[in-house]
Amino acid sequence: MSEHMSRLARPVAALAAAALVGSLAACSGSDDKSANVPGVTDTTITVGTHQPLTGPAAAGYASISPATKAYFDYVNDNGGVYGRKITYKVEDDGYNPANTQTVVRKLVLQDKVFAILNGLGTPTHTGVLDFLKTNKVPDLFVASGSRNWNQPEKYPTTFGFQSDYTTETKVQATYVKQNLPNAKVCFLGQDDDFGTDALAGWKAILGDDAIIEAETYVTSNTNIAPAIGKFKAAGCDVVGLATIPGFTALAVGTAARLKYAPQFISTSVGADYPTVAGALGDAAPLLEGMLGTNYLPTIDDTDNPWIKQFKEINDKYNGGAPFTGNVVYGMSVGYLFVQALIENGKDLTRESIVETIKKGDLTGPGLMPSRYSEDDHTGYGGAQMAKVSGGKQLYFGPVYTTTDAKDSKVEEYTDDPTVPEKDTIPTK
Amino acid sequence: MQFFRTHTLARHAALAVIALVALVLLTYALPSFRNFQLATVGAYLCATAGLTVLIGQTGQLSLGHGALMATGAYSFALMANQLGENGSTGFLLVIVPLLVAIVVAAIVGGLIGLAGARLAGPYLAGLTLALIIAIPTITTTWDGTLGGDQGLSVYVEPAPASLGASFPLEQWQAWIACAAAVLVMFLLANLVHSRFGRAMRAVRDDEVAARLCGIAVGRTKVVAFIVSAATAGLGGGILAMQTQSVSPGAYSLSFSLFLVMGVVVGGVGHLAGAVWGSLLLVALPDLTSSLLDHVDFSASAASKLDGNLALLIFGLVLIFVIVTAPRGLQGLVDVIRGKVRRTPGGQALATVPSTTTAHPQSTESSDV
Amino acid sequence: MDRFIFLTVDGLTRGVIFASFGLALVLIFRGTRLVNFAQGAMAAGTLYLAYSVTQETGSYWAGLAAAVVGGLILGALIERVLMRHIDPSAHLNAVIAALGLVLVIQAVLGIIYGNDFRAMKLPFSRNPYSIGDQPLLSPYDIFVFCVVLAIMIGLAVMFTHTDIGLKMRAAAFAPDISRLLGVNVGRMLTLSWALAAAVGGLAALLIVPTEFGANPHSTDLVFVYAFTAAVIGGLDSPIGTVIGGVIVGLVLSYVSGYSDKDVSAIVILAILIGVLLLRPNGLFASAAARKV
Repeated sequence: MSEHMSRLARPVAALAAAALVGSLAACSGSDDKSANVPGVTDTTITVGTHQPLTGPAAAGYASISPATKAYFDYVNDNGGVYGRKITYKVEDDGYNPANTQTVVRKLVLQDKVFAILNGLGTPTHTGVLDFLKTNKVPDLFVASGSRNWNQPEKYPTTFGFQSDYTTETKVQATYVKQNLPNAKVCFLGQDDDFGTDALAGWKAILGDDAIIEAETYVTSNTNIAPAIGKFKAAGCDVVGLATIPGFTALAVGTAARLKYAPQFISTSVGADYPTVAGALGDAAPLLEGMLGTNYLPTIDDTDNPWIKQFKEINDKYNGGAPFTGNVVYGMSVGYLFVQALIENGKDLTRESIVETIKKGDLTGPGLMPSRYSEDDHTGYGGAQMAKVSGGKQLYFGPVYTTTDAKDSKVEEYTDDPTVPEKDTIPTK
Repeated sequence: MQFFRTHTLARHAALAVIALVALVLLTYALPSFRNFQLATVGAYLCATAGLTVLIGQTGQLSLGHGALMATGAYSFALMANQLGENGSTGFLLVIVPLLVAIVVAAIVGGLIGLAGARLAGPYLAGLTLALIIAIPTITTTWDGTLGGDQGLSVYVEPAPASLGASFPLEQWQAWIACAAAVLVMFLLANLVHSRFGRAMRAVRDDEVAARLCGIAVGRTKVVAFIVSAATAGLGGGILAMQTQSVSPGAYSLSFSLFLVMGVVVGGVGHLAGAVWGSLLLVALPDLTSSLLDHVDFSASAASKLDGNLALLIFGLVLIFVIVTAPRGLQGLVDVIRGKVRRTPGGQALATVPSTTTAHPQSTESSDV
Repeated sequence: MDRFIFLTVDGLTRGVIFASFGLALVLIFRGTRLVNFAQGAMAAGTLYLAYSVTQETGSYWAGLAAAVVGGLILGALIERVLMRHIDPSAHLNAVIAALGLVLVIQAVLGIIYGNDFRAMKLPFSRNPYSIGDQPLLSPYDIFVFCVVLAIMIGLAVMFTHTDIGLKMRAAAFAPDISRLLGVNVGRMLTLSWALAAAVGGLAALLIVPTEFGANPHSTDLVFVYAFTAAVIGGLDSPIGTVIGGVIVGLVLSYVSGYSDKDVSAIVILAILIGVLLLRPNGLFASAAARKV
């Protein structure tokens, strides 16, 4: 028979072999039937995330999930949450939406995680919203300032984390309006929601025609000299940046090359001083005077109790990884999640955690309270200006709160900042 | 038995039906995530099967098959979303977008094939490479339609109600993907076996001789390109359906290269090799990441190893296969079964094409 | 007008770097009929070597020397250890081996150095000299032109005026006859790979520090643009490749400078299709175009 097997018979044989491999693999995965809630037992909570650990987008961001994991390890060493230890499954998607599809399905269908926490990236995470909704998986604290996460009607289990890009740039534009009233403003943004939303914030405050030149870049072309050349030709005094850290560095470096020194104002995504300075290397002093916005404590505020305590945890549980804004970000996510778990109480289900977050009592380390409510899933709702001075990035001026809506007011927030518990573990 | 020996078409049809039944039964044994992976294998197989015929039978190296899959995926997304808006439901919402995906990809493939028919190996490779690089720019230039870097989400219905309310979507999609893959394999197997198949191999081996035999060389190359583009478009459409999204990042240069590598590791020119290749493309990253799960690394070491280790293993496997078994996994299987010398039809398939005749290394050994 | 001058200078600087990287591809292609897809990853390897040496010694020049020497060794090693053992009857196998090498090199670099971009030193300032109000060339641009010119003249002199260069050409064009004449063809191949890796590494070292800095993927696009340049010019033709490189550099600069949307990749694709339809072996294919 075998010599008569046609060239189709071989594929069939191969498929059969594949089937065998597949079913073996299927058998090896143990089904946990003891708990009714996926990912939760009496002693563990398993959550998962997708992060770019490899590939061009991994720069900087790859340090977020180890920081979150370090914070969870710290909490676990102190008894966990209601006796449950947190397992954080980090899957690499290389910032490739196709990989995100696969790894998120693996986390949900195979690893049976309780929730997806802090999945990173707008293009990557957008693609899994429907899948997570269909499977009723809590999709918590997405790592991107896109407004997509705030669609409570359509995606009831998805919650953002960051101040959205429009909110940040509205705060920036308010600063410019008050302090540099006659400045000509140009804008450089990434060619996606990030850039579009950020530009919308500038226009909301300064008016639709106020931005003299608005340019976009794609990450695959590192030559932004033409765009910066346009800004110089237009005589702009202020350049708003909605850029990832590498392109912030490129923009600042290119401007210096063209002997052009505008006031740069960057969103939090591309303003982290150690990351951008690292990208500039010897040219880091060019960043002196750069303005930015953020909504979490800054690492250079060494007296801030959050920073002190996060740094300790970083030294002990994260192998002393370089202490950057991304580490603070990762630990803040961890803290906020643990806070949600504690608020929720011992009886934990996928529905209950969503309800807990919607109550709006979560604070986390943010400069302003989170906005979570029944009909708002955005996360932090404001920003504060920060300036690079003497190699340090420090906040100044008031903390502002606002929303992404065009006509919502930018208001000063005057309450005292939150203070962490002594052991940096939230209490009810 | 005698009937199947003499009637190739009937034999292929019977095998296709057996394969499909076996696969459908398999989906009942697999948990949802494995079914998702099975569907991915099916989608990849549509593309790699067409690609292995193109490379193996006509000797044309395309590095841009990811672009053709992307064409199919975007066509599927636009069509499905349009139909969904107009209230279409049911099987129509699957079949029409898939047909559109096939047709559009075939048209794009025809255009590239027309240019490619005039080009020799590395120049065609260069052209298809430039095509892949242009994809993100194309999607951002027409971002109103194509959604820019973020791509589009694809309207997909749950599994048909007739299968039961809680029938897993993953299993339903695995059926569609497997049916498509089996159909592609069936058609390609017959194509390779046909007069056109002989024409392709004649063109590959010696264009001048083929022309003397009355074969339209250019047309054969273009048609082969169209066929493989159509199957790639089908694969892309299925990928769009099962992941409910399409974006330029999913069809990067490395994805195209992975397709070629899958084809070669499986054994270029072998349809069976395409199965091995597409399996490997899905299984290898999965295996390495579960390997990492079982070893406890420090957080920073893990973040460096995660992902990179998969790439390293993939690279090493590739090199190992190429050095030790240059005719791919299927070549190995054939050697083990000791049948490679005896199958007259299989011989032509098993020959790996040479895109060049002048190769100084070919007589290298005597000299070193 | 000043904008045009600026874009031209910018495009030329990048273009000549693509050209010299393209020359590395031509070096190997002429010897083996193989497009070395690992050229970019190999250059990333030498790039990190330069980075590490410069970090240790504080000297840019020590890093540059390390990249060149490291490139020579890496190229020779890859040819001897891997490429030589690929079944030569199937040309595609060598391409696949090169692609496998890309994965291995990038993964190893990622495991050693992580995926952060490492800012790299420049030997000269990138602030341009101005004539009147018009910024023109920066010292670094001049340095780039000098290095590229040195590479080109060096290769040209070597291939036309030295014994070893002539042997390499002979080995590439007529291996069997060369062998009869006593040329060690294998050694010439090793030399081609070594030279190509050194030239490619040098080109990468010129361009990457002006972008994000060292990263396992920092040479991916350089490879693609250089390959496009070589295909436009003709993979056989060093002169064609240089011209192709300049064309690609200028087009990228003009298109992103003058159009609102960045459509440079589409324009490059269109040019490539146009050139190949008119001249299927590139603009400067040698008269005795061999059947490939």
